[in-house]
Amino acid sequence: MVERSPVLNLVCHAILIVGALMVCVPLYFAFVAGSLTVAEVQKVPLPWLPGGQFFDNLQLAWSKGNFSRTFANSIIVALGITAGKIAVSLLSAFAITYFRFRYRMLAFWLIFVSLMLPIEVRIVPTFEAVANAALPLQWLLDSVYVADLWGWISGHEVAIALEWNMVNTYPGLILPLIASATATFLFRQFFLTIPDELCEAARLDGASPLHFFWSILLPLSVPNMVALAIILFLFGWNQYLWPLLFTTDKDMATAVIALKGLIPRSDSEPAWNIAMSGALLTMLPPVLVVLLLQRWFIKGLVDSSK
Amino acid sequence: MTLRLSIPWREARAPVLQRRHGGGGSKAVPVASAGRSRASGKTRRREEAGLKRANFGDGPGLPTLLLLPQLLILLFFFFIPSLRALMQSVLLSDPFGTNVQFVWFDNFKALLASSDYRQSIAVTFWFTLAQNVLTLGSALVLAFATDRIVRGRSAYRTIILLPYAIAPAIAGILWAFLFNPAVGPLAQVLHSFGVAWDPNLNPTDALILVTLAASWKHICYDYIFLVVGLLAVPVSLMEAAAVDGAGPIRRFVSIALPMLGPTIFFLTVMNFIYGFFETFAIIDAVTKGGPAGATNILVYKVFVDGFVNLDLGSSAAQSVLLMSFALICTLLQFRYFDRKVNYGV
Repeated sequence: MVERSPVLNLVCHAILIVGALMVCVPLYFAFVAGSLTVAEVQKVPLPWLPGGQFFDNLQLAWSKGNFSRTFANSIIVALGITAGKIAVSLLSAFAITYFRFRYRMLAFWLIFVSLMLPIEVRIVPTFEAVANAALPLQWLLDSVYVADLWGWISGHEVAIALEWNMVNTYPGLILPLIASATATFLFRQFFLTIPDELCEAARLDGASPLHFFWSILLPLSVPNMVALAIILFLFGWNQYLWPLLFTTDKDMATAVIALKGLIPRSDSEPAWNIAMSGALLTMLPPVLVVLLLQRWFIKGLVDSSK
Repeated sequence: MTLRLSIPWREARAPVLQRRHGGGGSKAVPVASAGRSRASGKTRRREEAGLKRANFGDGPGLPTLLLLPQLLILLFFFFIPSLRALMQSVLLSDPFGTNVQFVWFDNFKALLASSDYRQSIAVTFWFTLAQNVLTLGSALVLAFATDRIVRGRSAYRTIILLPYAIAPAIAGILWAFLFNPAVGPLAQVLHSFGVAWDPNLNPTDALILVTLAASWKHICYDYIFLVVGLLAVPVSLMEAAAVDGAGPIRRFVSIALPMLGPTIFFLTVMNFIYGFFETFAIIDAVTKGGPAGATNILVYKVFVDGFVNLDLGSSAAQSVLLMSFALICTLLQFRYFDRKVNYGV
């Protein structure tokens, strides 16, 4: 603070209060609507004070959205994405910073290029890839005419059809989202700041690369991992497009997708109270994570974008 | 710290430029050599760009094993699908995939000639632009205010950061309720002022609604970067300006803003990426592209054409165009890293 100016401070507080209100108004009305009965929520004007149905609506939303199942799915998917991304990125960052091999820069650039292909732009082909992950193998077989060869040898017409369908499975929901250029770069940047002496000392003591990775690099990376894990958990929990495409089975849907089914459409009963209760329930886990781990969250957010 | 972190980026960036000038050719080879020659000039010697001086030497076995999971996933879910998109974009096939024809660039031509696609481009442009201005403007004002005050700073910050945790789809649903013409409390306020608000029928209203929801969800992101950036502006500069008689707002505009330039540039690019790609969930949950295509942004159109209309060729051509846009954004982002070094904020 360079100088005192009570008037400006007051203005600043006013601005921030307005900002905080802007954030809170939608949340407050979600809470209000979530505490009313179906009849009350359709009244014009909507009551601006909460009613007494809050917990009943929560229970109803919980059962209507199949949340006991979809929450479990969401947790599995979010944790799977988090753990998978961190593991995969740590390993590849270790490989491209601590080893000299011929295609090191090629690997680096392959990972880098993936930054330019957000999942949203390759919706259809990626869906094909998940619907049948064996497709590339099939092409390979087709291109070398294995089937024809076999047919020529044995005298029978054979068609080799490989299929590995990942729709409605956890791997299908998790694997396509695991590769991460940003996480790899974050760890790479961090590894580059680790003193060389550590590695030299470890090698003098006869540590193998994996031993060095496990007992020196990994413990040093814990703060970065935690910060990143928070961001990735939010990313995983809030996924929408992917689960929407890859879950046709209601029991494999994630919480956010299940919530979508609760929104009243024009031809159904306008049960906005249930929809809003469901929205509050679904946003609770990530909101708690941000509230409780705020410092780590900010670190993760700023670091992972560098 | 900033400088040390930035060195690898500068090295990594050089080849990008070079590739842009140099055109085709192999990707890996010029990259490695360019990185090496630049790095050798640095005080902190490194034999190869981004390689530790103390490393575990040669032998491709172990590093390949370590890289394998990442590269396999990239291959299956990034490179092969992208290649498929490229291939499909020059093919014409019926919805069942039984009859496939090679049609050169007909898909692209048809796309650019169709009024639907032009409308989608216009909608995306206005949507991302409005969202960008709204988001960045509010975030700047809020960050300025946060930087001025001491008491209650972390409380304000906590509340303003909350939307980051909320899924775009949920943000969309919250706003859809607020402005629902039948039951929404804010829509009722608008109606009482005589505004005939109905996002289900009026294209402009629908666009305003999704823009508001998208901005609401994204202000926190810009905000936290600006707050962190403002903390890095040297106090001595501010004090010197204050001694020269510059008021708080003048100091913000003439000192803090230029120093935040790279951050603002980075955020602009990120806002465009967000508006282009990540707002899919908001559109799908709130308007489904309607009414009359008024909120049919490009990403949503890829989805609808590919999965609902089963026009694979057109959908793939759209994917390819979007990919080129993402490519431009990523390259722009890299300029940010370069500028960052110059300012040190």
